[in-house]
Amino acid sequence: MASINQNTPPPALPDFCNLGVMLRVIFIVNGMGVLAGLARKPTWPGFWQEFLPLSVFIQPALLASLLLLCALRRAFTGRAYREFVVAVFVLETVIGILLYFGIHAVLPQDDFLALPAVLVFTLVATGIVLFYLNLRSRALSPAITEARLQALQARIRPHFLFNSLTAVLSLMRADPRRAERVLEDLADLFRVLMGDNRQLVPLQTEFVLCRQYLELEQLRLGDRLRVAWHIDKMPEDALVPPLILQPLLENAVYHGIEPSSEPGEININIYRNRDRVYFVLRNPYHGDSGTHHQGNKMALNNIRERLALHFDVEANMKSQVVSAGYQVTITIPYTTAK
Amino acid sequence: MDAPLKILVVDDELPARNRLKEVLQDINEHLSLSVVAEASDGKKAVALLNEMSVDVVLLDIRMPGMDGIEVARHLQNLMMPPAVIFTTAFDAYAVKAFELNAVDYLLKPIRRERLQAALEKAEGRLGTKLTGLEQLQERARSHLSVSERGKILLVPVSDIIYLRAELKYVTIKTAQREYLIEESLTNLENEFGEYFLRIHRACLVARNAILGFERVVEEGSDGHWVVLLNGSDEKLPVSRRQQQIIREFKGS
Repeated sequence: MASINQNTPPPALPDFCNLGVMLRVIFIVNGMGVLAGLARKPTWPGFWQEFLPLSVFIQPALLASLLLLCALRRAFTGRAYREFVVAVFVLETVIGILLYFGIHAVLPQDDFLALPAVLVFTLVATGIVLFYLNLRSRALSPAITEARLQALQARIRPHFLFNSLTAVLSLMRADPRRAERVLEDLADLFRVLMGDNRQLVPLQTEFVLCRQYLELEQLRLGDRLRVAWHIDKMPEDALVPPLILQPLLENAVYHGIEPSSEPGEININIYRNRDRVYFVLRNPYHGDSGTHHQGNKMALNNIRERLALHFDVEANMKSQVVSAGYQVTITIPYTTAK
Repeated sequence: MDAPLKILVVDDELPARNRLKEVLQDINEHLSLSVVAEASDGKKAVALLNEMSVDVVLLDIRMPGMDGIEVARHLQNLMMPPAVIFTTAFDAYAVKAFELNAVDYLLKPIRRERLQAALEKAEGRLGTKLTGLEQLQERARSHLSVSERGKILLVPVSDIIYLRAELKYVTIKTAQREYLIEESLTNLENEFGEYFLRIHRACLVARNAILGFERVVEEGSDGHWVVLLNGSDEKLPVSRRQQQIIREFKGS
């Protein structure tokens, strides 16, 4: 038992700035308010009599809590989960008491909820929300591991590895130094592909990896592969899920470049617009052929799944056939480590 | 001493061709051989083989345009087809099929010993034709091939207006001319079903060559439908059994 516990990572602290988390919290607490109202007066007019004053308390309490917790996110980063829980309970108690007296000052009615009832509701709601978020994070972390494994299988096309090794062998005698560099790039790429990819990484890291990957492909494909990076407005410090771009580039090479003897261009545009980061990838399109389409869908689904695990509803991805070829667009919220 | 084994290297990736030539150079010390040409895609390979005689072709499977399996099929139309050794980085499907069909293949990166053994084996069966290749083909061919005066003529499938069965042959009709091939219309329909439409027991018409349908009424009969073609003045009859295609065509 002990050894199993040691292997379980501590639950990740919930991100209260995430729209998905906010919506879930608002939904749960209001749901509890409705239940509390129904429990005390299970008739329609009675329920409204109970729920409305409770709601007068719940809505500002939720607003204040979510705003404060989002603002305090930085302060919690790196802290133990236990400390976080204690801090949240203290914070909620303070918000509860302050709001109780605040509301009494504005609406001086005798029949408003009593302080003990307000505090009990606050603490129970806090407990349930934290419990739910904890459960959710536990449920998701194996899913992230799973997604990583799937990603691994879906992504590394054995073709790429064996063809790259052949390319390295072809350099061994003629240009040993270049062969060394290529093997180093290959090592870097596989270190990431086989590593633990649950943590977000700076965009710059992913960018370097992608460039190394494309250089390997260039070695095999020569003039057939042309790459145009548009990264003047790329936010290097933005946090992104690792391997968010590389599989898309691999797809672009596999479906867009390899099927033609003519040169083709892969166009990558990364930029930030206010608090969103955009990735737009374009490659030549040669129509669907059964198996190819399958592989592509698998890689896209994999990325979509990982985006959802990391950013919930705040990330989105779409792929479409445009006049200039096949295009994938991803947008994620702009976040940084500091 | 025997004449050196003449080898053609076909691969779309330059480093792969270079590597193969290096390994062949090493083998040359034990087995007399010479690389007479190399090609970067399937069509160029077929063109080269029409011009020169080659003993062994080292043929990559995954190539743009015409893949290696299709090249090997067209090669069987030569009087003296070269021995074929397939090369592939990874093709789970193809490798399984090769095992079943006893076709020789090498996995990249290619080892000297394996290549040498394959060449020695190939030397022993020069001039024999490969069979069963059609079972290895995963997708439809890009071309049909015809043997004429010992050479392979490639007919792009997209140029074909119709295919018509005649006794044991099938006539291929393009805007320029007609060719005869020895394949069954049913197999062609299975392979190119998306591209052709059966209008008659003995006739497949390219969907994108169909301009429309016309009803021809003759004296003393109900009349029948014919198909109007782009690129040919012929009016091919649509059999009674296939008349539902006219409705489908109008609907689409």
